[in-house]
Amino acid sequence: MNSQTPADSHVALLVATRKGAWLYHADPARSSWRVDGPHFLGHIINHLVLDPRDGRTLLAAASTGHLGPTLFRSTDFGKSWAEATRPPAFGPATNGLPGRSVKQTFWLTPGPAGEPGVWYAGTSPQGLFRSEDGGMSWSPFSVINDDPQYREWMGTEQDGTPDGPKLHSIIVDPRDPAHLYIAMSGGGVHESLDGGRSFAPLVEGMEVVEGFDPNSIAFHDPHCIRLCPAKPDRLYQQNHCGIYRLDRPATRWQRIGRGMPAEVGDIGFPMVVHPRDPDSAWVFPMDGTQVWPRTSPGGRPAVYATRDGGESWQRQDHGLPAGQAWWTVKRQAMCADGEAEVGLYFGTTSGELWASRDEGRSWDCIARHLPEIYAVEAATLP
Amino acid sequence: MKVLIPSALRSYTGQAWVEAGGTVLSEVLADLDRQFPGIRFRMIDEQGAIRRHIRFFHGEQMVKTLAHPLDPEGQLLIVQALSGG
Repeated sequence: MNSQTPADSHVALLVATRKGAWLYHADPARSSWRVDGPHFLGHIINHLVLDPRDGRTLLAAASTGHLGPTLFRSTDFGKSWAEATRPPAFGPATNGLPGRSVKQTFWLTPGPAGEPGVWYAGTSPQGLFRSEDGGMSWSPFSVINDDPQYREWMGTEQDGTPDGPKLHSIIVDPRDPAHLYIAMSGGGVHESLDGGRSFAPLVEGMEVVEGFDPNSIAFHDPHCIRLCPAKPDRLYQQNHCGIYRLDRPATRWQRIGRGMPAEVGDIGFPMVVHPRDPDSAWVFPMDGTQVWPRTSPGGRPAVYATRDGGESWQRQDHGLPAGQAWWTVKRQAMCADGEAEVGLYFGTTSGELWASRDEGRSWDCIARHLPEIYAVEAATLP
Repeated sequence: MKVLIPSALRSYTGQAWVEAGGTVLSEVLADLDRQFPGIRFRMIDEQGAIRRHIRFFHGEQMVKTLAHPLDPEGQLLIVQALSGG
C-alpha cells in the first residue's frame, strides 16, 4: 500500500469512552489491531488527542462521577500520565452574571504548528480555554465565557443536550493562528480574526428548528464543524438542522444535505473531511424525526459520502449490519486517517469500533463490548 | 487531624488515612492541596461549592460548608456519594 505515513510509523486510534480510554494500534495494512488499555478505567474520558506537532504528546480530558474534571498528559504514548496542574476552571462571577463551574472538558484542539505548547479546550457548561504549556495549566477566554451577550446565546444547562451544552469544534486556521472558529451545541458558530480577543457569529444560512427565529443566535445548534486541510477556506458542518458547507470569504452556509435520501434525512452528529480532497466528506445520519431517537434511520446503519462537495451523496454500508442495529455515533466519534487510501473509523454508544480501509466502501468491526464511545481520533504514531 | 481519603482520591495520597491541619474545613482542604496538589479541585469547584457527589463528615455530622469548624482532635471523613451506572 502506498501509505502517506513514514515506513516506521503506524495508524493508531484513540478511543475515549464513558469508562476509560483505549488505544488501538494498526499493522501496516490496517487489517489487524493491537489493543492498549484500558487507561483510566472508570474515568469519564471525553476526548483523547495526540499532538501532531510532536507526534508523542497525548492529552486526555477526564472526570469521574464523583470528582471534578481534570486533564492528563502523557509524553510517552500513554505509558505514564501526569495530571494538569491547573485544569480548565471558570473565573469568579463577573459582569453581574452567576459564576459557573466546569463539569467536564469536552473538546481538545492542538494549536497551530508555529505555536508549540498551545492547546484549546471547550467545556460544558460552554466555555473556551487556552493552555500555553502543553496542556498543564489553562486560562479562560473571558471574552466568550463572561460576556453577557455570549452567555445569553449559550443559555443554561437546561438548554443543552442531555449531558449538558458543549463548546466544541475549536478550529485554528492552519494559515493564520489568529483566525479561530468555535461552535456551541447551543449558541451557533463563531469566528475570531484577532486570536480570540473578539468573536462574531457566523450563522447566516443555517436553519433552526421549525417555528424558531434563525436570527436568534441562541437557537442555532451546530453539531460538528470541520475545516478541509487541503482547502482551509472550506468548512463542512453537520448541524441539528442539516448538513452545510461554507466557502470563505463567503459568510452564508449552503445546506448541502438536501441531496440526501428523504427517508434518511441529513441529521447527524459527526462530520468527517478528506485529508487531501476538499470535495470529499462523510456523515453518519441519524433519525431526527418526532422524539429524535438519534439512532440509525430504520435501524440500518450507513455512512454517506460525497465526492462533489455535497452535490450528491452515496450510501456506504457494505459490512455494516443490514437491520436491527440502532446505533448512535456522537460528534467526536468518527474520523479519518491520513493514509493514501483514507481509513475511516467510528465508534458507537453501544461500544463497537468500526473501520474502513477503503474510504468507506467496506467496513469491519475491530472491537466490541467497549463502554459507551464518546470520541475516536486517528493518529500517526512512530 | 486524621483525614480518610475515598478510594477515588487515593491516586493523590497513596493511602487511605492522611494528616492535615486546620480548624475549619477550608483550612484542612488547603493543607491537603498543599501536600497533594490538585486534590482540592476534584472536591470543590472554582466557585467554592462542594461538588455534587462529595460528602464530608466530622464527629458524625455532615459538614456542608467550607467555614464549618473542625475539632483538630477529631477525624474528617471524605466520602464519594454516587449511585447508578
